[in-house]
Amino acid sequence: MSAAGPVIPSFGRGSACVTGDHAFCWGWVRDHWGDTLEPHLVQHVELTLVAVSAGFAIAFSLALLAHRLPAIEHPIAIAAALVYTVPSLVAFQILVAFSGLSNATVEIPLTGYSLVILYPNVVAGLRAAPAEVLEAARAMGLRRRQILWRVELPLAVPAIIGGLRVAVVSTVAIGTVASLVGDRGLGYPILYALRLPTPFRTEIYAAGALVVVLALGFDLVLVGARRALVRWAR
Amino acid sequence: MGALRVVFDSADAGTFLAGFGFVVHHAGFLAHKAVEQLELSGAALGVGAAAALPLGVALGHLHRGANVAIAASILGRALPSILLIAVFLTVLGVGFLDNMCALAVLATGPMLTNAHDAVDGVEREVVEAARGMGMSRLQVLARVELPLAAPLLFTGIRVAAVTVVATAPIAAIAGGGGLGDVIVNQASYRLQGVLGACYCVMALSAGVWLALLGLQRALTPRPLRSRRVLGAGDERRELT
Repeated sequence: MSAAGPVIPSFGRGSACVTGDHAFCWGWVRDHWGDTLEPHLVQHVELTLVAVSAGFAIAFSLALLAHRLPAIEHPIAIAAALVYTVPSLVAFQILVAFSGLSNATVEIPLTGYSLVILYPNVVAGLRAAPAEVLEAARAMGLRRRQILWRVELPLAVPAIIGGLRVAVVSTVAIGTVASLVGDRGLGYPILYALRLPTPFRTEIYAAGALVVVLALGFDLVLVGARRALVRWAR
Repeated sequence: MGALRVVFDSADAGTFLAGFGFVVHHAGFLAHKAVEQLELSGAALGVGAAAALPLGVALGHLHRGANVAIAASILGRALPSILLIAVFLTVLGVGFLDNMCALAVLATGPMLTNAHDAVDGVEREVVEAARGMGMSRLQVLARVELPLAAPLLFTGIRVAAVTVVATAPIAAIAGGGGLGDVIVNQASYRLQGVLGACYCVMALSAGVWLALLGLQRALTPRPLRSRRVLGAGDERRELT
């Protein structure tokens, strides 16, 4: 190396494992956990939590509304299903035109997709209360609002959590596509490594494993939440 | 992978209309790309079905592997298409095979889950009655369980098919061709081109959905036809 340093700064560095393109280099993962993997993992967690929370808030409100006005239940379901047919790749590009390369560009489509999954589940959950139970509640003198909060919603918890599991896992997966419109989430290291002249396998495998672990981790948390909340089913 | 240099256009309501204009003016080109995409999707669906359906039906018939079915449905959603394409690319290189395998893995999730649930869910009394009539296990499977399981099983195939067709554009990041070539290349086709291709993907997904629904109706034995096949709830296995 000359005194002026190499023209391409990172060229020639890295262990023999990395430059020799071995299948998996633990050393690279150790060295780049702090500057590549961890920050993207944290971004991905944020990305998912924001989108699913927003999607849940909207889906829940819409489902309550549809529960009150059955006539709008079906139109909302159809509109939601239409949203899902828009390829995520396009959704992100459209949003860039309106909200630039901001967080909103990534969160709005992700929220939309999670909403589509959550809405039917919340609606189905609210409908899950058996007729006898509702009658008993009415006979006990509960009002409509009381029936909703004390009978129907608790009985809807399993279906709602079931929907949340699917939504969270899907959002983690779709979130990787967001990296096509900027350096966000675990999709970015995967895409970056894929676009190198020789795809860098270690980075693909490591970031990919983190995506799967993250999705399964979220899923486990929700299964735990279900166990804690749905005590009567055991 | 040159097609990934993303340039972003600005847009207003007119851009969405211009997308339709793009479809009209480049109908032949888009049709060619759509056929490419259908070929890729069809191959992926075929490979996925060959792996998932026999396994799902066998597990359902034996009333085993409920955990496998649930795991398949969770993993099928947890594995991002980009990751699958990237991983298969490191093994198979850029091109049709890489993308086909990645999409085939995506397709197995819903098909395996639904095949298992469909056969597993056939009422036990019916199966016992068939056994009592002297049918062998294989006859029970072929003449009782499979026909009764067909609607739910077909729903799994339909969900898988639409998932694959709708996901296939991402394959363009690794030379998969199809409408994705336009979608990931805003620099060349502008946003209206991307939107035009997007409309085509949406139409393609809806078309595949309706075509399979029609096929399903045609294949369902007449006495079973009255059952609702287009329910909103049957598309998604509820994870409760």
